[in-house]
Amino acid sequence: MSFLEYRLQTVPTGLRKVLHLNWALILLLTAVCSVGWLMLYSVAGGDLSTWAEPQMKRFAVGLTIMIAVGFVPIWFWRNISAVAYLISVGLLVTVDLMGHVGMGAQRWLNLGFIMLQPSELMKITLVMMLAAYYDWLDVKRTSRPLWVLIPVLLILIPVALVLVQPDLGTAILLMGGGAVVMFCAGVSWIYFAVVIGGGAALIAAVLASRGTPWQMLRDYQYKRIDTFLDPSTDPLGAGYHISQAKIALGSGGWTGRGYMQGTQSRLNFLPEKHTDFIFTSLAEEFGFVGACSLLALYALIIAFCISSAIQNKDRFASLVTLGIAASFFFLFAVNMLMVMGFAPVVGVPLPLVSYGGSAMMVLLTAFGIVQSAHVHRPR
Amino acid sequence: MKRSARDTDDSARTITRRALFMGGAMSAVVAVLGARLRYMQVDQADQFRMLAEENRVSIRLIPPNRGQIFDRNGRLIAGNEQNYRVVITREDAGDVEEVMHRLAQVIPLPPESIRHSIEESKKRSAFVPIVVADRISWDDMSKVAINAPSLPGVTPEVGLSRAYPLDTDFAHIVGYVGPVSDRDLAAQETPDPLLQIPQFQIGKIGVETWMEDTLRGSAGNRRIEVNAVGRVMRELERIEGQAGADLRLTIDAEVQNFCQARLGSESASVVAIDVTNGDLLAVASAPSFDPNLFVRGISYKDYAVLTENDHRPLSNKSVQGAYPPGSTFKMVTAIAAMEAGIINANTTVYCPGYYELGGRRFHCHSRGGHGHVNLDTALGKSCDVYFYDISQKVGIDKMAEVGRKLGLGERHDLPMSAITEGIMPDKAWKSERYGQEWRIGDTINASIGQGYVLASPLQLAVMTARIASGRQVLPRLVRSIGDQEVPVAEAAPLDINPAWLRAVREGMHTVSNKQHMTGYSNRIVDPAMIMAGKSGTSQVRNITAAERARGVISNDQLPWNRRDHALFVGYAPYDNPKVAVACVVEHGGGGSTVAGPIVRDVLIRILAGKMPPLTAYPESQRARIETALSELKLRDFGGPLATVASNSRA
Repeated sequence: MSFLEYRLQTVPTGLRKVLHLNWALILLLTAVCSVGWLMLYSVAGGDLSTWAEPQMKRFAVGLTIMIAVGFVPIWFWRNISAVAYLISVGLLVTVDLMGHVGMGAQRWLNLGFIMLQPSELMKITLVMMLAAYYDWLDVKRTSRPLWVLIPVLLILIPVALVLVQPDLGTAILLMGGGAVVMFCAGVSWIYFAVVIGGGAALIAAVLASRGTPWQMLRDYQYKRIDTFLDPSTDPLGAGYHISQAKIALGSGGWTGRGYMQGTQSRLNFLPEKHTDFIFTSLAEEFGFVGACSLLALYALIIAFCISSAIQNKDRFASLVTLGIAASFFFLFAVNMLMVMGFAPVVGVPLPLVSYGGSAMMVLLTAFGIVQSAHVHRPR
Repeated sequence: MKRSARDTDDSARTITRRALFMGGAMSAVVAVLGARLRYMQVDQADQFRMLAEENRVSIRLIPPNRGQIFDRNGRLIAGNEQNYRVVITREDAGDVEEVMHRLAQVIPLPPESIRHSIEESKKRSAFVPIVVADRISWDDMSKVAINAPSLPGVTPEVGLSRAYPLDTDFAHIVGYVGPVSDRDLAAQETPDPLLQIPQFQIGKIGVETWMEDTLRGSAGNRRIEVNAVGRVMRELERIEGQAGADLRLTIDAEVQNFCQARLGSESASVVAIDVTNGDLLAVASAPSFDPNLFVRGISYKDYAVLTENDHRPLSNKSVQGAYPPGSTFKMVTAIAAMEAGIINANTTVYCPGYYELGGRRFHCHSRGGHGHVNLDTALGKSCDVYFYDISQKVGIDKMAEVGRKLGLGERHDLPMSAITEGIMPDKAWKSERYGQEWRIGDTINASIGQGYVLASPLQLAVMTARIASGRQVLPRLVRSIGDQEVPVAEAAPLDINPAWLRAVREGMHTVSNKQHMTGYSNRIVDPAMIMAGKSGTSQVRNITAAERARGVISNDQLPWNRRDHALFVGYAPYDNPKVAVACVVEHGGGGSTVAGPIVRDVLIRILAGKMPPLTAYPESQRARIETALSELKLRDFGGPLATVASNSRA
């Protein structure tokens, strides 16, 4: 049994684990969530009960879950990885077949007590699955084609299921997270070069297929690409959102227009101001200083995760920590690139800040695993 | 699976290396994000800030209050009245239909307007107020206010709307305002943005339209903050507009009212002018109409009544009507003859009752003739033959020259609509107009103000004022604009020998004051108001030879629209002229019997400054006149100047 690899006597037990939690990480996560409450209060027009309060309650629950998950030994998480992955895939299939339609896509599964978004869950379980796979795999085989094909399939199955929904943003995030785990596990550079080259070719193919019978994306997705490439082509239609977002962001200036003084969000020019575009509200009201501060908090979270992963001698623990950090990174990076007009509007919320229970729960659970890896690291 | 220690170390090294590489890549992305933020928020901040301002700030015009119009003494002629209306806002009302039906139980609302309001409210955004009822009474307004709890979203509002408290008296002078039409917009090169405001009113005719720029004022504006769907969130700045300037006319509202009442149901006009400075004291035209009907949007039925009336209530006869001046023109013929040196006051002409020229007989109105007549008698008895004779010698061009000096054939520049220039014909005019040569018969006709000669009552009043004063009196209607008096220069002397004017004035004095003369019955006996005048009866049809053979048919036997026009011009006091009055009664019959008394009454009314005192009239007429004056339907002005300049209602 693999837990024998740990020198058990050095791993903290019982309540002593509290002292060994990565408290800096917890503080950073809380700080980011606080920024979220602040902004949700502001974009609700100074109303606590609309968004901020539910979000706080969920954070309280999420924080508890994170610590609880952190208390559970990391080998337990490794051992259930395969099962968790299979359940996630099963849920994705279920949601594709009978999910709840919201915002033009099938994403939600009503479990009675919670509206679950299986694709959110998939982001962690995929990372766990891949980390467990590389933990199991003989290091020497890492770059053998057959052993590379298996994780690629593990990634592509959920990606395909998510694309059917259709949810391009999550599909990209899944691929990114998975690829990072493979990369950190030591898969040869050559594969990545090939995939990136192939990806470029695929993008070319996607664009070329437009208007033909074998068109690869939905019309609205193409439209989003158009708008991304030139928002001014449709300033009051699809380009409206991104134009207004850029105006909000740009008008912030150095120090912003003041808390609750952002005209773009207060007067509803901003679309989805409590979810996908909440960063522009922040940038409008707190300016360059505020936006950079949040960016710095995010960067610190990533840095702490990487540092924890490097210190950890356990292969699964390192890989799962890096995979979760990378997924988190992709979340905020894609969201920010999107609202700044660097990426098409793919519907990725700002992690821990945007309103949304499911996403935050999943993220805090994921950081619980990071905590678990940190607490139970071999010493 | 058990792993060797070396494998574990290798693996850890790989992970460290790759993790650091990944961290580096992530840092690069974070740096790009930061740089992009800096570019947008710092370098381009001004540009984006401007776009954000454009988004949120909207500029709305505030319509200025329209300038008010007063009479010469400060009585309100055109003001801005508070207008009560009820509006409904869908988002506050909730169920608009339910609320509308409840409202209909509180105030009277026609079913079609209920339906219209419901449809309109569905079309507009939820926060846009829809006018449900306009111009409702104070009572209905109170009912809505009292029932407010059961009428969510319904608000009573107060707006300003043009009102003409003296209604029919000034309809022709001041005109009225109305909603801006496409034609009004097309007429202007760069239309005032105010005209785009819904329910904005501009002058349509009369002073309201000719003084539009003065009365309108300039728009104020307010900068408001709007949200993404256009709802007004708050007012950021408010710049009040400049209210339109008030006008003070030269008209005396009480005199004007007296004139309108005196004309009664006749199709007639009377113009009174201050001889000393050209101030128009009254410009009456009857019948009249209520301009308030037009402001509110006149109904088809009401409009049809006005247009189908053969007395043409919509026409301002005082300035638009061009009539053959008849014998009132004889002063022009006489002055022209004296100017030409053909006659003097003592030259006599023999009148056998007709004048023969080229085998054609031109009759005098007296079949038996007037015998030997000099200028005084010729004017006094209105002998036609005298003027036929002298006009032959002086010629039309000289007559036209004198006529023009007296203001005939000239469009007087007043802020009123459709002012006619009349016709003061001469040889050149006829050849241009008809391509025909001037005939001697034309001069004969013109000499007694028939034929081509046409003049408006305004022109006749100005002519009389010029004869009376010997000066080039120019009529004016506007006394002051805002607080600024309109300067009036003393009129230059007429380019006519004063002696000839004096001779004509003596003749006019004879007309009104010597027994057996045409105007004797219309004399004023008060020595302070002695009048000089001239009657005129102008034909509106040719009398055929057959008719003449049967004998002249009296006017009473003709249908109304074929009867003669009755005219009279006069001024008083004779020795110190102050006021000149001209009157035309369409198809009224004899000038001295119909128009003369009106001129006399108006002169006395103005000079006395009150209801004409009976002492001014000949004793034999006093009883009749007392009755007539008491029957006049005069407006109750509520005492002297009690109602000055009150714009608002309590």
